Amino acid sequence: MTAVDTTATADDVRSAPPSPPSPRRLGGGRTERWVLLLSALSSFALVWVAYENLTPASGIVGFVLCWVVAFLATVWLAERELHGSTAATDQTMGLLIVLVGAAVVGTLATILGTVIVQGLKAMHLSFFSTTMAKTGPLSKATDGGAFHSIIGTFEQVGIATTISVPLSLATAVFLSEGRGRLVRPVRTVIDAMSGVPSIVAGLFIYAAWVLRFGFSGLAAGFALSILMLPTVTRTSEEVLRLVPSGLKEAGYALGSPRWRTTLFVVLPTARSGLVTAILLGVARAVGDTAALIATAAGFDSLNLNPFHGQQDSLPLFVYKQIRIGLVDSQTQRAWTGALVLLGIVLILFVLARIASSGQTVRLPRRRRSRTTQGAPE
Amino acid sequence: MTAAPTSVEPRLLLSAPTRGDRIFRGILSGSASLTMVILALIGLYLLSGALPELRADGLSFFTSFRWTELGPFGIGAVLYWTVTIALISLTIALPVSISLALAITQYASARVAAVLTILIDLLAALPSLIFGIWGLIFLQPRLVPVSEWLSQHLGFIPIFNVHGTNFKSSAFIAGVVSSLMIMPIITSIAREVFSRSPQGEVEAAYALGATRWSVIKTVVLPFGRGGIVGGAMLGLGRALGETIVVVLIVSPTFLISPRILESGANSVAALIALRIGEAHGIAVNALMAAGLTLFLVTLLVNMIASAIVSRSRSGAGVEL
Repeated sequence: MTAVDTTATADDVRSAPPSPPSPRRLGGGRTERWVLLLSALSSFALVWVAYENLTPASGIVGFVLCWVVAFLATVWLAERELHGSTAATDQTMGLLIVLVGAAVVGTLATILGTVIVQGLKAMHLSFFSTTMAKTGPLSKATDGGAFHSIIGTFEQVGIATTISVPLSLATAVFLSEGRGRLVRPVRTVIDAMSGVPSIVAGLFIYAAWVLRFGFSGLAAGFALSILMLPTVTRTSEEVLRLVPSGLKEAGYALGSPRWRTTLFVVLPTARSGLVTAILLGVARAVGDTAALIATAAGFDSLNLNPFHGQQDSLPLFVYKQIRIGLVDSQTQRAWTGALVLLGIVLILFVLARIASSGQTVRLPRRRRSRTTQGAPE
Repeated sequence: MTAAPTSVEPRLLLSAPTRGDRIFRGILSGSASLTMVILALIGLYLLSGALPELRADGLSFFTSFRWTELGPFGIGAVLYWTVTIALISLTIALPVSISLALAITQYASARVAAVLTILIDLLAALPSLIFGIWGLIFLQPRLVPVSEWLSQHLGFIPIFNVHGTNFKSSAFIAGVVSSLMIMPIITSIAREVFSRSPQGEVEAAYALGATRWSVIKTVVLPFGRGGIVGGAMLGLGRALGETIVVVLIVSPTFLISPRILESGANSVAALIALRIGEAHGIAVNALMAAGLTLFLVTLLVNMIASAIVSRSRSGAGVEL
């Protein structure tokens, strides 16, 4: 009954003459395209004249900013003449949002592009096989390398992963089971931990470990594991929640105890998602510098032993070179190190993507849970 | 206990957990509690490290503007600059993040939205060191003219005023760079709440002849308000603790000034990063006290933020 009624009213509306004199055509039309093109041109000319005359040589960033503002204003005025102010605001805001999106994507591309171009300038194979032990400020940019730093990074991140992954997975399983008094406070604590600045994590390990046992790669691993823990836990928990409860119930129905069901049904089902979670955590740990300053403390030559003595890492290598930055060769070396770091992070990121797209088991389920999620909550 | 019955009688059905289950459960809750212990330990160690300094300088540690080799210490100016840089980056990141989230949920096609989401995730995954080196060498020379322009034409507003001619290493530049780093988290929270704006209201607004922007203004944004506020606070928490970008870009100062475009700023995290290597004696305690302050402030901001976000996720507090 009601369904019939609504369709009838909908038909009435459709057949009735539209109340505004002309329908609001939003974008895509031929007029709109002309409006955009001409506005862009005229605002460019306006800014060219005004900006360059009033404030000569104020840089490209300022120019583009002024141009965008003038462009949006011109579009708004033109559209208001054509379709009235409501449509003009809609058009202008849509344009603004698209431009902001493009600007952010452009910025990301600029960052990646700069690091790649600058990093390749002094890239050389021995960067991966030599240390900074015999490299001074007067050496060429292609002298010395980050072999010791790369080894350090692998050892420290390896330690952090070894500590944090079992802990994170156990906590994630605990949270996803969603029972008990502890669940709420633990979730709050995980949230709070994800906001702990990495310098504070480093300072904590400095106070608790380094002051007694000295700087070491192990201390850096501890600090990094504090950073990995919340990242891995939260992502894994989300993945574990998506495991169909039918699978779990089937396990219970077959008489399998809870621990067997969790270990041999739930975790394997969520396997690829858990890999994603771990990779994202590793990516966060690999790039972190602040936590290492007070723990591994950096070193110019190779220290294979993570349990004793200062150790370098890739972020610390870049940090040190850019901080000194007295001569071009050091800055250049920093860019090269940054490129290697970026490469590692990108590889981890892509692997994480691939792992999460390999979720063949639960894809249909996920879609269903998303649609049911929206309504009742 | 778990052994299968051998007789023909019906099998004994136990709903009680087996011993293995109890052990397993114990391991799980043990690890979960360990996270709480770790967080508590962070606070306790920093507090015990900070106490000697707090006893020596008392409340003036938070209010005075000085930092010498062996004390007295005061982080008043450092706190001021920390908050200033965080607010600058939030001012830039918030509108950008909201419009990014709107672009993803309201404007883009599914394919473009997926690509945008991946790119934002990538932005979040980039190490702060990459932002720092890029901001220092690439962006700073291009932002200095903007600073100059602002100070020339808007110099009558105190924050845009500049004494002297050094526009590098300012709070403004550090704020711009760290705004890029907090953008992903605000965007992802905003995207999540925007995508949950009630479909019925959206369609009703369209049926009344609303334009896309009117729908955003009257339905999407009001419903997403909690998420926006929570996301902004999460971003603020991140910006407060940002270390490397600030260390690389600003030149440290222990004086307060409203002139954000001028060279010289500071932050608690940068102070610790710069001084922990050479600190001895009471100076270590002072850095611990600074770290404790930062820890407590970010903890508070994050707790409030996640409370707001989870409330807006559950749908409470949204009225129609």
